[in-house]
Amino acid sequence: MKKNKTLDFLMDNGVIILVVILVIVTSFYNKNFMTWSNWSNIIEIMSYRLVIALGIAGCIITAGCDLSAGRMIGFGACISGWFMQKAGSGKLYPNLPEIPVILIIILTMLICGAFGSITGSFIAFLHVPPFISTMAMMEVIYGLNLILTPKNLGGYRDSYKFFYKTSFLGIKPGIWIALGMAALTWFIFNMTRHGKYMYAIGGNPQAAEVAGVPVRLTLVLIYMKAAMFYGLAGFLIGVQVNGASVNTGLGYEMEAIAACTIGGVSVSGGRGRVSSAFIGVAVFEILKTALRFLGVNNNIQWIALGIIIYIAISLDIRKYVAKK
Amino acid sequence: MSEYLLELKGVCKSFPGVKALDGVNLSLRPGTVHALMGENGAGKSTLMKCLFGIYKMDEGEIYLEGEKVTITDPDDAMNKGIAMVHQELQPVLARSVGENMYLGRFPVKKYGPLQVIDHKKMYEETQYWLDQVKMDFNPKALLGSLSIGQMQSVEIAKAVSRNAKVVILDEPTSSLSDKEVEALFRIMNDLRDKGVAMVYISHKMDEIKRIADDITIMRDGQYVGTWPASEMTTDDIIRNMVGRELTNVYPERNVEIGDVVLEVEHLSSIHERSFQDVSFNLRKGEILGFGGLVGAQRTEMMEGIFGIRNLSGGTIKVNGKEVKIKSPADAMNSGIGMITEDRRGNGIFGCLSIKDNVGVAVYNKYLKAGFVLDHPSMNKVVNDSIDKLRIKTPSMKEHIEHLSGGNQQKVIIARWLANDPEILIMDEPTRGIDVGAKHEIYEIMNQLAAQGKAIIMISSEMAELLGMSDRIYVMCAGKMRGEITEKAEMTQENVMAYATQFSDTPGTAPEKADSNQATQI
Repeated sequence: MKKNKTLDFLMDNGVIILVVILVIVTSFYNKNFMTWSNWSNIIEIMSYRLVIALGIAGCIITAGCDLSAGRMIGFGACISGWFMQKAGSGKLYPNLPEIPVILIIILTMLICGAFGSITGSFIAFLHVPPFISTMAMMEVIYGLNLILTPKNLGGYRDSYKFFYKTSFLGIKPGIWIALGMAALTWFIFNMTRHGKYMYAIGGNPQAAEVAGVPVRLTLVLIYMKAAMFYGLAGFLIGVQVNGASVNTGLGYEMEAIAACTIGGVSVSGGRGRVSSAFIGVAVFEILKTALRFLGVNNNIQWIALGIIIYIAISLDIRKYVAKK
Repeated sequence: MSEYLLELKGVCKSFPGVKALDGVNLSLRPGTVHALMGENGAGKSTLMKCLFGIYKMDEGEIYLEGEKVTITDPDDAMNKGIAMVHQELQPVLARSVGENMYLGRFPVKKYGPLQVIDHKKMYEETQYWLDQVKMDFNPKALLGSLSIGQMQSVEIAKAVSRNAKVVILDEPTSSLSDKEVEALFRIMNDLRDKGVAMVYISHKMDEIKRIADDITIMRDGQYVGTWPASEMTTDDIIRNMVGRELTNVYPERNVEIGDVVLEVEHLSSIHERSFQDVSFNLRKGEILGFGGLVGAQRTEMMEGIFGIRNLSGGTIKVNGKEVKIKSPADAMNSGIGMITEDRRGNGIFGCLSIKDNVGVAVYNKYLKAGFVLDHPSMNKVVNDSIDKLRIKTPSMKEHIEHLSGGNQQKVIIARWLANDPEILIMDEPTRGIDVGAKHEIYEIMNQLAAQGKAIIMISSEMAELLGMSDRIYVMCAGKMRGEITEKAEMTQENVMAYATQFSDTPGTAPEKADSNQATQI
């Protein structure tokens, strides 16, 4: 019996244990791995990855998904980029006013949110499957962004430096923002009706309807909120690299979905927490960095990531299947 | 060789906690239609599933043309010449008639080692078999484009194509129009002339009288007897179907019945064949029973009132005021709650905790500052419910899927206690629940009624319906057939007589009564 418990613990936390072992091995193999600069780099990347994963987690918990995330991030990065550019010959839209950064963030999130609510409306009112609805939005957003942003954006105002070049209590503001979003998401998931309705819809949409849950409104809000998060993530990426293009964020949706599922958000709906998104993103980024420090061939890294997804999901599914 | 084509002797079958079949016999003569009759849950379908190899019987013997046989699975049954037209057809709607007929046994052409499906042969043969049952539709038509009756014809054609000697028809006419019933009977008469034996399960007395040669009646999983159809009157059949001793296990109560709280008038579904023109009323403190056979459309009607299904007409008045209900949320705002029949399908949230399962319908009541959930208050309510309803669980954080059926049902009741509706609709509240928990649920229902709630209980269990109700309505095939107000009148025979009244005036042919409902075949 005791042996079984140990085995269960190992299986339930398999991926985390794997990553811890990998970290220990890597730190012996390469002295540069366990340095502050390396870890602060990992955490910086994690910051916007976390924001994306938090947004997509809501969609997955309702047994949906969001393929438009990557392109929406690119759109958000470009919208904020238009406003962040310095006045001068390099500015794409010279007539745009230099508004405060906080307003740029809000504006970006609102525009992205508006598109997200369109995606959500198709899912909620016209019963278009999320896979299709978000894929259609992915195409629309990409085309729109190509028209609106014909060249790469750069030359941002100095205020961009605030987010990743300064620190507050030893932590960079960009990371504070990500943590703030995590806290906000936790609050929404656990302390509001909306969050509880989200779990109910994911758990059993028919029962949710019968219990009087406003299913349609909740779905629209979930996809709107997710798109707002992608917009913010786009902004964070832009200020981190001092520029943006239409291809910013390409493919990030898949990594975010993978991260969520690794962390324990169930693709069949109804299960998943903020900590799941956090763990998933951490595992993903640490794994990628560790493999790089171990000198693993770049191409083989992709295979390793794929295998980790297989292992993580198999172990995770096992928890639920075994109990039936 | 015996005079019987197929004989079942002493069939027993148990499911956990229930003896579904106890020594049932059935003897089919070749070239006859044998009606198998009994109330809901008498074990008719279970017996047929044993014969068809879907269930494995615990005891009993099958003789086919005098030879003792064992049937291991449906495929085996079909190879032995037994075919079944299911109560709920499960065809592949998106594929053609021919593909459905030959699914699993497609004719193939061989090109060396390569085998490909011989479509030409398949469709030619399908055409031949459809001609045999005199059905003239295109074998290449998508099955989904056919009516239910036509799909049944395809099933029968499939049975004929496999040279079936025994064809089981499990309530084939429950969703057919009169014209389609005529077509079915024509096919059945043809098959009878060819010497095929048919088992015909139906509740429709006039149909039985028209088509059946023999009648076997079952009750509570037991064999009652077999008679020639010509010797049985409708009253004889009903008396044999219901003739059990009722023991009163239902808690005593004495409640003052108050004013009318719910008034439903001329309620009709958007579907012609579902509930039509149903009117009833419900009083404060009352437990109002709804009886009927499977397919009486009681569930559909209640779901219509609760906003799950669409209505084409009729009014619903709560406390004398007309309400418009378009969704369950509207119904809840009007003071109506509903515990649905399909607990797993639209009742519980399996992967959520007991607390979340209770809370989902009442979050609006437990808010701080208008939007923050008041967890401490909710915890108290949920814990109180767990104590009061004696829900067996380690804590309110337990996932509901880990509880027994009875405890799951109590959690759903707790959800509605917290929501506190004036009117509570309970659809088969004790289905799939063990005896102890059943009794507890009856007591909860009585307590609620004593508190002045009005309860509607749909029940297909005769004893429960008669034992619990203050008043009973009986429906049949979407129509309200009778109201029983006096305790003395609440007998099995009376309920059954109403429940099998398929036409508007008892005794007349259905064509006349339902001519406005006939759909084109």
